[in-house]
Amino acid sequence: MSVLVDENTRVVVQGITGGEGKFHTEQMLEYGTNVVAGAVPGKGGQAVAGVPVYDTVDRAAREEDANAAVVFVPPAFAADACFEALDAPVDLVVAITEGIPTQDMSKVYRKLQETDTHLVGPNCPGVITPGVAKLGILPGNIFSSGNVGLVSRSGTLTYQVVDNLTERGLGQTTAIGIGGDPIIGTDFIDALELFEADPDTHAVVMCGEIGGEDEEEAARYIGANMDTPVVGFIAGRTAPPGKRMGHAGAIVSGSGTGTAQSKIDALENAGTPVGDTPEEVADHVEDIL
Amino acid sequence: MKLHEYQAKRVFAEAGIPTPDAELAETVDAAVDAAEAIGYPVAIKAQVQVGGRGKAGGIKLVDDADEAREAADEILGMDLKGYHVDRVLVEEAVDFTNELYVGVTMDRGEGKPVAMVSTRGGVNIEEVAAEDPDAIAREHVDPAFGMHPYQARKAVYDAGVDRTVANDVASVLTTLYDLWAAKDGADAEINPLMITADDEVVAADAVMNIDGDALFRQPDLAEMQEEAAEDDLEAKANDYGFDYVRLDGNVGIIGNGAGLVMTTLDLVDHYGGQPANFLDIGGGAKAERVTNALDMVFSDENVDAVVFNIFGGITRGDEVAQGINEALEAFDEIPKRVVVRLAGTNAEEGMEILNTDLVTVEKTLEDAVQRAVEYAEEDSQ
Repeated sequence: MSVLVDENTRVVVQGITGGEGKFHTEQMLEYGTNVVAGAVPGKGGQAVAGVPVYDTVDRAAREEDANAAVVFVPPAFAADACFEALDAPVDLVVAITEGIPTQDMSKVYRKLQETDTHLVGPNCPGVITPGVAKLGILPGNIFSSGNVGLVSRSGTLTYQVVDNLTERGLGQTTAIGIGGDPIIGTDFIDALELFEADPDTHAVVMCGEIGGEDEEEAARYIGANMDTPVVGFIAGRTAPPGKRMGHAGAIVSGSGTGTAQSKIDALENAGTPVGDTPEEVADHVEDIL
Repeated sequence: MKLHEYQAKRVFAEAGIPTPDAELAETVDAAVDAAEAIGYPVAIKAQVQVGGRGKAGGIKLVDDADEAREAADEILGMDLKGYHVDRVLVEEAVDFTNELYVGVTMDRGEGKPVAMVSTRGGVNIEEVAAEDPDAIAREHVDPAFGMHPYQARKAVYDAGVDRTVANDVASVLTTLYDLWAAKDGADAEINPLMITADDEVVAADAVMNIDGDALFRQPDLAEMQEEAAEDDLEAKANDYGFDYVRLDGNVGIIGNGAGLVMTTLDLVDHYGGQPANFLDIGGGAKAERVTNALDMVFSDENVDAVVFNIFGGITRGDEVAQGINEALEAFDEIPKRVVVRLAGTNAEEGMEILNTDLVTVEKTLEDAVQRAVEYAEEDSQ
């Protein structure tokens, strides 16, 4: 078992004819992902890496039975691409695009509340169920199949933690990169809920970072609702207030909210051990399993 | 992107929000002329983008030409919390009976905009929010519809604004929301919104921050962007297109991806070192970016050693290695010792390519950070 992505996932890639879209479609196919269609306005009838391209997501979904979309569309048009996927509809939208205006995402988020679709991202590395399929840009070779669920706000930090897990023989059910933007679709709690319901996920690793209060809310959720053990990691302990650390969402505000310490305290209060280093995260998981 | 007060006031005034008479001046003479034209008393306000200007001596109220000259002379050229003041706004002093706060921002937790009103204006609103959250009336807005007029009225009445001015304040809030939405605002604030003895409302200060990701569709605002007189290194990072934050330590840090770079900083601290910076070279970095990143870190005189940590997804280890070699081979003598750790896509090829006469290679993140901390201690100036 797994969450969000399995052998029945049929993917339409939005922006498949662009540089990133094309490259990662090839990578996804190579990993075994069932990429069944591309969607690019005006490019219908073409093919990329053997995948047929349609002018609209609606047509791609109808002709090829696509039930998931991956968005590689430039930021100015990415919100529109998300709406198109939500309206198709598909069950899962993974938005890779970085730099989508926040007010656009606010409107997408509002629409999302009216649908049953899961949106992952934007500004995220994607979702992978090791050995089955990946949707996004995650390097497949570092993942291995197993019983650990992983949810993270950051791409390369996900890779680092997965690498530490895989090296110990601790494989993953599914890894979800939820993205570092201020407004995202699937948040920590949504992902934890999915893992809690998955019988094959025996432990969850949650990688957070400074900024916002999502980790604190997730900690409250863990304390109240989860039987599956969770191990935490929080990046940004040394970040000074008022400075944006790369991600638009990663900032400790002047009034002191969003600090690493408040997140670590919240997780530990919920009975979730927090690793000081990625290596220690793997130690904790090993202890649990 | 932050607008200066004078820029934000122009934008607000064009939208119909009442603002005081004001003129921008770059010289003492121009400031005095402006003060004479406006009529005393006037406020002379430093145009730099930092909070707490008044307390830091960047705002002065003056009653005649001599005082105006003295104040302008003092403020122009002063260093205000690290920012050089090269312009002042000379502004009609508003005789007020009350100071309110109105603002619009994105509530990221809710994923929707929120409009705020408080009768506790004129002070740091974050402090008010922390001490007495109920003193701020908040109204969330459905982004699909925008703010309904009743929502503005509701926020104003909930905040306890006097009913004689309630309609005018609600109208300012509606205009502010519409501006915020139309201009891709991140935050829009008026603090204080002054109420005069004649029950007029006047925006005595103006804050407008624009979503940097939306500047492509806000050409008028993008044009207002000015080189902020920040730290030289931060300016250089801007030119190179890096996410960079300068810190106080001596271990230079280069990596890819915000979360992993933050983690590298934390590990430096964990192993007893002090991070000198946050530098994210981003995804898919090629040789030139690698060279620029090393140049950035070497330019920081505080740096005693460097750790270069790449976990390749779209970034390829061999390309990074090539870039590191090229950058370092260009030096007769390498300025600081560099520890490199490559993992992920093409990492093994990269490790083979790396010139180990020029760099120290480590296999794990933990080892690389510990080695760099050691080097920084040994080579500490």
